[in-house]
Amino acid sequence: MCASVKYGSRGPALIPRMKTKHRIYYITLFSVVLLGLIATGMFQFWPHSIESSAEWSLDRRSVHDAPLVRIPMSSPIPERGDLSCRMHTCFDVYRCGYNPKNKIKVYIYPLQRFVDEVGVPISSTGLSREYNDLLSAISDSDFYTDDVTRACLFIPSTDVLNQNSLRIRETAQALAMLPRWDKGMNHLLFNMLPGGPPDYNTALDVPRDRALLAGGGFSTWTYRQGYDVSIPVYSPLSAEVDLPERQPGPRRYFILSSQTAIHREYRVELERLKEENGEALLLLDKCSNLSQGLASVRKRCYKGQVYDYPQILQESSFCVVLRGARLGQATLSDVLQAGCVPVIMADSYILPFSEVLDWKRASVVIPEEKLPEMYTILKSIPHRQVEEMQRQARWFWEAYFSSMKAIGMTTLQIINDRIYPYAARTYEEWNNPSVVKWSSVNSPLFLPLIPPRSPGFTAVVLTYDRIESLFRVITEISKVSSLAKLLVVWNNQNKSPPEAIDGLSLDQTHMVERSECINKFASVFGTMPLKVVEHRADPVLYKDDFPEKLKSFPNIGSL
Amino acid sequence: MQAKKRYLISLLTGAFLVLLFYFGGVVPGPAATGSRSRHGYNRPEQPWPHFSDPLQHLSPWDHSDTEDYNVHISPRQKRDVNSSVYKGKRCRMQSCFDFSLCQRNGFKVYVYPQQKGEKISESYQNILSTIEGSRFYTSDPGQACLFVLSLDTLDRDQLSPQYVHNLKTKVQSLPLWNNGRNHLIFNLYSGTWPDYTEDLGFDIGQAMLAKASISTENFRPNFDVSIPLFSKDHPRTGGDRGYLKYNTIPPFRKYMLVFKGKRYLTGIGSDTRNALYHVHNAEDVVLLTTCKHGKDWQKHKDARCDKDNAEYEKYDYREMLHNSTFCLVPRGRRLGSFRFLEALQAACVPVMLSNGWELPFSEVIDWNTAAVIGDERLLLQIPSTVRSIHQDKILALRQQTQFLWEAYFSSVEKIVLTTLEIIQDRVLQQTSRSNLMWNSHPGGLFTLPHYSSYLGDFPFFYAELGIKPNPKFTAVIHAVTPLVSQSQPILKLLVSVARSQYCAQIIVLWNCDKPLPAKHRWPATSVPIIVIEGENKVMSSRFQPYDSIISDAVLSLDEDTVLSTTEVDFAFTVWQSFPERIVGYPARSHFWDNNKERWGYTSKWTNDYSMVLTGAAIYHRYYHFLYSHFLPSSLKSMVDQLANCEDILMNFLVSAVTKLPPIKVTQKKQYKETMMGQSSRASRWADPDHFAQRQTCMNKFASWFGGMPLVHSQMRLDPVLFKDQVSILRKKYREIERL
Repeated sequence: MCASVKYGSRGPALIPRMKTKHRIYYITLFSVVLLGLIATGMFQFWPHSIESSAEWSLDRRSVHDAPLVRIPMSSPIPERGDLSCRMHTCFDVYRCGYNPKNKIKVYIYPLQRFVDEVGVPISSTGLSREYNDLLSAISDSDFYTDDVTRACLFIPSTDVLNQNSLRIRETAQALAMLPRWDKGMNHLLFNMLPGGPPDYNTALDVPRDRALLAGGGFSTWTYRQGYDVSIPVYSPLSAEVDLPERQPGPRRYFILSSQTAIHREYRVELERLKEENGEALLLLDKCSNLSQGLASVRKRCYKGQVYDYPQILQESSFCVVLRGARLGQATLSDVLQAGCVPVIMADSYILPFSEVLDWKRASVVIPEEKLPEMYTILKSIPHRQVEEMQRQARWFWEAYFSSMKAIGMTTLQIINDRIYPYAARTYEEWNNPSVVKWSSVNSPLFLPLIPPRSPGFTAVVLTYDRIESLFRVITEISKVSSLAKLLVVWNNQNKSPPEAIDGLSLDQTHMVERSECINKFASVFGTMPLKVVEHRADPVLYKDDFPEKLKSFPNIGSL
Repeated sequence: MQAKKRYLISLLTGAFLVLLFYFGGVVPGPAATGSRSRHGYNRPEQPWPHFSDPLQHLSPWDHSDTEDYNVHISPRQKRDVNSSVYKGKRCRMQSCFDFSLCQRNGFKVYVYPQQKGEKISESYQNILSTIEGSRFYTSDPGQACLFVLSLDTLDRDQLSPQYVHNLKTKVQSLPLWNNGRNHLIFNLYSGTWPDYTEDLGFDIGQAMLAKASISTENFRPNFDVSIPLFSKDHPRTGGDRGYLKYNTIPPFRKYMLVFKGKRYLTGIGSDTRNALYHVHNAEDVVLLTTCKHGKDWQKHKDARCDKDNAEYEKYDYREMLHNSTFCLVPRGRRLGSFRFLEALQAACVPVMLSNGWELPFSEVIDWNTAAVIGDERLLLQIPSTVRSIHQDKILALRQQTQFLWEAYFSSVEKIVLTTLEIIQDRVLQQTSRSNLMWNSHPGGLFTLPHYSSYLGDFPFFYAELGIKPNPKFTAVIHAVTPLVSQSQPILKLLVSVARSQYCAQIIVLWNCDKPLPAKHRWPATSVPIIVIEGENKVMSSRFQPYDSIISDAVLSLDEDTVLSTTEVDFAFTVWQSFPERIVGYPARSHFWDNNKERWGYTSKWTNDYSMVLTGAAIYHRYYHFLYSHFLPSSLKSMVDQLANCEDILMNFLVSAVTKLPPIKVTQKKQYKETMMGQSSRASRWADPDHFAQRQTCMNKFASWFGGMPLVHSQMRLDPVLFKDQVSILRKKYREIERL
């Protein structure tokens, strides 16, 4: 405002002979245009971008704005899961079709808040943070499609990770109300904590027709091999605690038990083991003197001494993962994160992702009955193997346990592998950490299977403009009876025959060039793939005192 | 007036500004709502809104205070409940198998004595004799962990001539039957026309099934074993090798995909084969069916039959099998078919079209590495699917077919042993094989998990794991003559071996009847010398897996071997490149004697060799374990009685495992003479029987292995620059040449 007043006062000086009426007119016009321009510019770029996004998050990003859906009492309930379901009977493969990328398409239902007739929600907790993370990760991935007609797999947005917070009947009805439910065909449910007191079923109790179940804590009797996917129980500590990777090797304790809810029977047996083996075992329990809440999750005690959990796990070579009320335990994830070798004692438990992961290389599975023999069993494992298992355990955690995203992606990849088995990930891809992948040999050409019983070989001759020696090589080689084919690579682009036929190896620039080549290639490979050996293959009787004419390859020594 | 005007202007501008600001407040309104709705429509790529409001955490911890399972359910009770509830079709090892029977004596298998008057098919006879000849066999049912019936259960098709009647009562009357607990029942065919059920026609109780064509619905995971369907001509031992002779690049063969077989016009399993003609193109996809089978095929024949039959006659099955990249294996009446093993052996990658078939040994074999698993519902996509498979992958699939064929399927013996090993892995959970042991060379039958559960302890997985063998060796010297003079060759040998930079320790195995010499009689060396007194003083004890052998490599030596330090060093560096083979000095060869129709043995200097004598050889210590635990006692006792042939047996074993020849390294010229010249040795080698015995051994061994595992080699490994015309000072292993 100040500026315009100044402007106005200067007006007469700038336009000296103009009449006041006109002057006023022009000045007003000018200021209007100017201010108009400024205003438009400001509205266009600055204020609304902040305003609208603020409104977006308030408006659309809250779970409370999801539409409310009332479930009528009489709404149909799906059948209990069918134990005989397999991919070829309960899964509609036509929906996935043939696609050149060999990748299934996954659709996520938009969030709805289901309530029963009187308005009580079907779940006491609603959407959990973990399920939100999982669905977010899937929607960001290559698997995701928003086109429901192109989808091969459907994921309900109803959170069934924890059965304890669900009303079973209403949840089932809510599932059946999904627009594409169709007897649960091609629907995937994620559940980590199945069953409830007192008998704790090992699979989700919610009736679910033919839906696939990605469950944590399957037993061999509820797991439909090749149909369900066994997933880990996610530990929130994975995100909260940052445990740096430790070098594999011997640790302060040999065996550590850190679970708090171990059944009395087993605790007694563990204590007996502790008496027999003393310091090698550390047997922790919850802290009775600490207040409840977060602190108690992160602390463990032994005889009044307080230990930080999960950090203490890094101090032990082996960590016990006993079954609790459920077979799947979140402790497994913490133990792997700490690079401690899990000793899993949960009879009939289907280990997480056991369809693709080779748990023999990362864990020790002991029948519950043999708990008293645990110490002797573990002692018999060679050192080098323990180190390898520690490394493998940590790697399993990083690749498959560390986040809900990792768990979700692995589950989808496993289902994807079943639908496109010819493009499935290999054992090596699933189980070998990248360090090993690089240093090991996996090319099909190098499979140590059969010595080739080939009838002959192909000779490849590279020419360096030396026609005479080329002809000589060709005449010599063509005498060989096992020659199948001779291939000449003509490297002479200028077609000018060289004047000197000196040995190439005497040419110094040539050697320098070749050294450069080697360095260049090594940098491309990232390492030097060539290996040095001190031996050379010769014919059996090479240069032996033996009649030359009886030798199979008499000429070789005389060349 | 001037001031008035000035006020007016300022007022006007002020008014305008106010106006504009007022609009400013209003104008963005609609603009923002517009953009929001635009956002709403523009976000379909992320319709899951990544909710950011504070959501509840999942709490996965068991709360012993709140959840009262501690009071109610004892895990021990729960186990008991499980084992009483899950029976019959829901049997698992935990509920239907008595592990306690296996704890006392390990995994032993008892075969019921054959009853008089019971006829047994040739295939079942082969199965039984394989078990009886295996190291698992026990004749004492009190020691057994697993029981196998002597009643033929292979063919349970009522229309078949092999069908055994009244099996139910016969089985029930067996005194040890115990409702089938810890029993294993072999079956190839079950059910009959028209529905071909998988029922065996008698109550199997809690017995395990080793069954062909088993479906995933009926398969009890980790309890049953799926075995391949094999014909009655399938060889008992040995068996033919795979047909793949060499790799071709690019790997494509004349045909892309072939099939030739019967077509069932109606009934169970007929749909897929009836639809094959849709995919047939008579060029590179050749799928042929015939209606001509059975007595009254004319009655059912459809419009296509005559055309199909004519086309069928045009092609030769074997020609197609050997010249096709992929072979279709569609289900027949039952899920499995003979085509599967035929394709596998012919290195024709099987394309499975048999929904719900639990593939053979699926518990341990990763079939995705050797077969293409198709879906009957997607038959029309099969050609484009196989065409989309990359060349590298085809090469890998093809080689894996050969590995699997030779490791697990080529003979009845292999099929049966694989079945038993799978069950053993379940029983002795701690010492079981990892997936890698089953699916990579040399396969589960040669990789014994009792030796070690760590892959790096075996000679086969160094490349896979990206590690190297331990850079030291342990020398094992087999001593048979008493120590009387200080000039004995054994003392020279000790000194020169101990001087090697790679030597970790020396073990002297005292197999001499005279008592051990005093400690001071042994020369002082920089490495420890351990003297072990052989227990029975038998030949095989030199291949005992002694605990004191700590390194991966073993240098096996006779007491009169003459070796220089350089030679030892060089042989060891060679072994590091070939840790799964025998690397050594004196070599021998085998040949087929046409006149006598038997294998011959020769020690002549020839252009090739197939054995390296273990009197001076380096190999992996795992072979000590294999020699002691894998070979049958019949062969070992033969060696002990003759006090001969132990080296031949070792060479047979290693070549059977690796399918490769041993490696001979440079030897000094005089080697042969010095060796023969030794007085002590001369007695053994001069014995005319000695040579004849070795011939006999070879033939005995070959018959147990079911074929000749030895492979000839024409290669000798010399140091680089060996006998080259360069200054001796530039050579690393000078000694070898000088001598």
